[in-house]
Amino acid sequence: MIELTTTRANHLVDPGLHVWAWQIPLYLFLGGLVAGMMIISGYFLFSGRWRNTRSACFVLPSLSLGLLSLGMLALFLDLEHKLYVWRLYTTFEWTSPMSWGAWILVLVYPALVANLLLRVPGPLRARVPALGELSDRLVARPDWLRWIGALNMIWGGLLGIYTGVLLSALGARPLWNSALLGPLFLVSGLSAAAAFVHLIAPDVRERELLAKADNGFLIAELVFITLFLIGLISSTEAQSKAAGLILGGPFSAFFWVGVIGLGIVLPLTIQLLAVQHRVAHTPVAPLLVIAGGLALRFVIVQAGQVSHWARVPGL
Amino acid sequence: MARFGMVIDTRRCVGCMDCVVACKTENQVPEGFNRDWIATEVRGKFPTLSMEIRTERCNHCDNPPCVTCCPTGASHVEEFGKIVLVDHDLCIGCKACLASCPYDARFIHPEGYADKCTFCIHRVKEGKDPACVAVCPTRCMHFGDLDDPNSEVSRLLVSRAHHALIPEAGTSPRIFYLTA
Repeated sequence: MIELTTTRANHLVDPGLHVWAWQIPLYLFLGGLVAGMMIISGYFLFSGRWRNTRSACFVLPSLSLGLLSLGMLALFLDLEHKLYVWRLYTTFEWTSPMSWGAWILVLVYPALVANLLLRVPGPLRARVPALGELSDRLVARPDWLRWIGALNMIWGGLLGIYTGVLLSALGARPLWNSALLGPLFLVSGLSAAAAFVHLIAPDVRERELLAKADNGFLIAELVFITLFLIGLISSTEAQSKAAGLILGGPFSAFFWVGVIGLGIVLPLTIQLLAVQHRVAHTPVAPLLVIAGGLALRFVIVQAGQVSHWARVPGL
Repeated sequence: MARFGMVIDTRRCVGCMDCVVACKTENQVPEGFNRDWIATEVRGKFPTLSMEIRTERCNHCDNPPCVTCCPTGASHVEEFGKIVLVDHDLCIGCKACLASCPYDARFIHPEGYADKCTFCIHRVKEGKDPACVAVCPTRCMHFGDLDDPNSEVSRLLVSRAHHALIPEAGTSPRIFYLTA
């Protein structure tokens, strides 16, 4: 028998770490979603699909700007020393994923604005004619559009991976300490973004294309989750116990039902049938995929905070 | 330059919490928060039980994850004594350092910044011991330069059995507990 008692009772730390509530999972989800939208939109630009005047690449940049700003608001709300937030931009700490993320966000905004210039919204064009002229000049140069598309794909990829690396760099939490978390969050972000575009795309062929792509992303997500869990189980005792939190512990119902069942397997089944035209496309599957992406961030962030190294050997 | 560390004799510590009170008084630690605390570990099966009482705090690790993860440079290793500190004016309260510490030694001060043990650097610069060491009634706590082979802490580590907390986390903690 081993019993450890402590007189410490610090807020947010005891009895178990709970420093991050809803703001960080929401921020990671929206960051991943926008990353996926940038990659999809960038691909549409790069491959010349923008010539289709009903392409979703015309609406994705403005939606991405709004969603990313919402995510950054959630991040800001999480800060405990809010008035000092500008300190993020007085230095670059190369060992800190959070510092990388802060500067990546600075690069992401101009890439999204450049994408937005592809079709300046009517009211804005009327108010600022120079923007309209710039847009016309841009559309006349397809090689520039390809560059903007490539830039959006690269920054989107970096943003998506960063959302996972942010957690995986924190070695004190065994559940997070896996190099697969970055690729997992990236592919989950791509999946949620494909589902989102599937919901809003005005063009039927694009909707069909994204449903097919989403099926691929969902299968890849399942593979990454499996590898992530195998990696944990076959690693140290602390990581094996951490995997137990979601495989059979207090977070298992949320993980198996919310993330795997309703978030991946059910929508994947519906969409596989839909792309074979055996059932009609409905908003149900993409909505489940988006909710599943959010649930994944919540379960990883919350279970990760509970996971810890044994304070004493054998405990 | 010195590399300060602490050696604590668990055979002498009685868990009186004088160190905790001294720290709160010296550093004006807000009510409800602790920079140091007492952990009691009981092992075995009645009647063959063993108990180790430890006074714990930030381990001022040689490889501090709280410093590498900090996005603003607020968490840093002070040149003087290689003590791990937080610059309150740089801290944004992102809590990454709290999540990165395997010892959960940090907390958020009510004013918003991350806070923790400083080894009472203001006292050490004056040639004094940290407040917790100075008040210990059983003299179970020892503070000094781990790089000086003739310091009291180095000699204790050479001559007595000891352990550190969670060495498998790879942080190279600089607080050691004498066990025999």
